[in-house]
Amino acid sequence: MNYLKAFITGGALCVIGQLLMDHTKLTPSRVLVIFVTAGVILQGLGIYQILVDFGGAGATTPLTGFGYSLAEGAMKGVKEAGILGAFTGGLKAAAGGIAGAIFFGYIMALLFNPKSKK
Amino acid sequence: MPGKRLGKQTLRLSSPPSMISNASIVGPKEGEGPLAIYFDQVLKDDYFGEESWEKAESKMLKEVVKNAIKSSGRSNTNINFMFAGDLLNQIVSSSFAARELQIPFVGLYGACSTMAESICMGSIMLDGGFADAVVCATSSHFSSAERQYRFPLEQGVQRPPVAQWTVTGAGAAVLAEAGNGPYITHVTIGKVLDFGVKDANNMGAAMAPAAVDTITAHLNETGRSPLYYDLIITGDLGNIGKAITLDMMQKEGFEIDKVYNDCGSMIFDGAKQDTYAGGSGCGCSAVVLNGYIAKEIKKGNLNRVLLVATGALLSPITTWQGESIPSIAHAVAIEKTIGEGA
Repeated sequence: MNYLKAFITGGALCVIGQLLMDHTKLTPSRVLVIFVTAGVILQGLGIYQILVDFGGAGATTPLTGFGYSLAEGAMKGVKEAGILGAFTGGLKAAAGGIAGAIFFGYIMALLFNPKSKK
Repeated sequence: MPGKRLGKQTLRLSSPPSMISNASIVGPKEGEGPLAIYFDQVLKDDYFGEESWEKAESKMLKEVVKNAIKSSGRSNTNINFMFAGDLLNQIVSSSFAARELQIPFVGLYGACSTMAESICMGSIMLDGGFADAVVCATSSHFSSAERQYRFPLEQGVQRPPVAQWTVTGAGAAVLAEAGNGPYITHVTIGKVLDFGVKDANNMGAAMAPAAVDTITAHLNETGRSPLYYDLIITGDLGNIGKAITLDMMQKEGFEIDKVYNDCGSMIFDGAKQDTYAGGSGCGCSAVVLNGYIAKEIKKGNLNRVLLVATGALLSPITTWQGESIPSIAHAVAIEKTIGEGA
């Protein structure tokens, strides 16, 4: 059941992305930025937490989940370290994702050469 | 200068240079397309033995120039000038190729209109008596152009259906003051036009008005009817731009549909090759001219061709800043024999 919920939540978020790509003139990079920002705002308003509770990784894995971690971390940071925490907490919470992206990106760049699309 | 200038844009070459040899190299995808049999060399791998696509593109250009010179029966030392350009920043494919070829080099930037632009400039140089033989060349590479103009391929972005596919290929033509043709009889230099299209993925629509303007100027200034030509061929408008061009030409009062085609529409099989709106890039008109058109003229299937290569004069920065896409088209009349008609 968890799998199904995650699948539906993640799939629905991706459908929104695909609709933006197909029906607007937004570039892929802008769609990415919109997704991260939307995650931050929705979690700031406490709405994204509902999606995470329902869909689990289906909500945290797409890019909106990255925004969610940033917002979540910033709010936690404020509780622990005051106003400075608003600046440090977000990155702390998202550090795993960021370091992972850099590390695996680097490994892949060492291992493979890009190929042209067919 | 009497008689050489036919109007604002068109020049009549009083001693028409001869196109004495042609060469073309294409990538694997172009080698699977409908025009495959016309290309001299099809690469198995679009890295062409190099470390990067940019290096591969420059190597294609260098090799295609060498091949064209070789089949002209001349050597590098008696080619007086090389006219070339490409799509990469600071036209490095061309200048890096010229670094090794050591032929006096005139770098051109006309985006995808470069094949016609280089032939215009080379022909004028020959007709003016400043050279015996020149080589005109250009190149493009799908993967280096994606990185230059859109997104690096590694980012894996999706392409919209109006997008065209940049041709991986290079073409070169050697023009000489004396020869047995085909001859470059007229050149029409385009104006920069802008109809306000902002979508960098939809270049065909942006460039069509420039093509129409140049074709119309050419026909009006030479007094020729479109049917004087066996083929009027635009460079890389693709299927969308081609339809717009036909429509706009009709409004200008010229029925060109019987003789009109577009290199970008011809080079790929859109249905099988997933290329959406067709081919684009400097290499598109370069390989169609130096492959298909040159060989069909030789066979006698084409006698009079008007090549109208089209270029979108945008840069990635102007796109980011929300500017529209200015475009240009240059036309070159290639005729198997001279002295008849207008």
